[in-house]
Amino acid sequence: MKNRTTVERKSDRELVVTRTFDAPAHIVFEAWTKPDLFKRWWAPKSMGMSLLSCEMDVRVGGKYRLVFGQGMEFFGRYIEVTPYSRLVWTNDEGGDGGPVTTVTFQERGGKTLLVMHELYPSKEALDAAGTGAADAMGETFGQLDELLVALGTSGGRS
Amino acid sequence: MNRRFKVGIAGAKQPPLASRPPVRCILNLMVQYTNAHLDASFAALSDVTRRGVLEQLGRAEASISDLAQKFNMTLTGMKKHVSVLEQAGLVLTEKVGRVRTCKIGPHRLQEATAWLEKYRQLWAARFDELDGVVEDLKQREKFDGRKKRE
Repeated sequence: MKNRTTVERKSDRELVVTRTFDAPAHIVFEAWTKPDLFKRWWAPKSMGMSLLSCEMDVRVGGKYRLVFGQGMEFFGRYIEVTPYSRLVWTNDEGGDGGPVTTVTFQERGGKTLLVMHELYPSKEALDAAGTGAADAMGETFGQLDELLVALGTSGGRS
Repeated sequence: MNRRFKVGIAGAKQPPLASRPPVRCILNLMVQYTNAHLDASFAALSDVTRRGVLEQLGRAEASISDLAQKFNMTLTGMKKHVSVLEQAGLVLTEKVGRVRTCKIGPHRLQEATAWLEKYRQLWAARFDELDGVVEDLKQREKFDGRKKRE
């Protein structure tokens, strides 16, 4: 049985993702900070994604760069690295409007509660990111989108 | 103006202010849509007959027996489908006399909700794969521990 992933828009500028893992924090942390491990899960095959390269220098001020098969690049800098409990990095690929991502790992009874928090500089930046993310993932929900369009055109505004 | 199809609310090209969806309202909607609600909506949409029913109701209201006939189903079967759609807020029904009429519901999936759900799907997919990596690391640790003890 898989654990639940929840997403919440905490405020105009914040998104929070939470998930519990059945392993101690040092193990989950390792999977987030070693490129060969990170590569195995960050671009899930089920979403039709592939990661061509992944460089990460996990220390304060260290850079990371992820290149996806679809020609997309993501890069930024680590601004906080606290082993087994906290990672903070910038997302610079979009220029100044990028969010700051904070990931915390809280161990409880051998399990780890992971909380990923994304703070955008403005509400507009988060809204725009939402549009972008939806575009990037396009096909996955193609069927649903088609239905919404069909409903939109045929349903009118009754 | 097909703003209905736009996913974002603050894209580069803004429609005139008057035709823009009320921002506050969409934000509230996002909060209001709990994950449970989304699960219900997406589960409701996972069935081809129910998608057909929605499309049909998008064109015109219909009674359950109309729908049953159209989709070649028993009345009981169609009642079940409609009830799933109703619980997800995608369809509204009203009984007048002996006829139950169905129409598109008030909680039609909003674009704002759709992108948040897409975002959740991405993270759920990532984390499900991460489970596998974590499991491997746990096994390795167990194995290393055993080797050390030997």
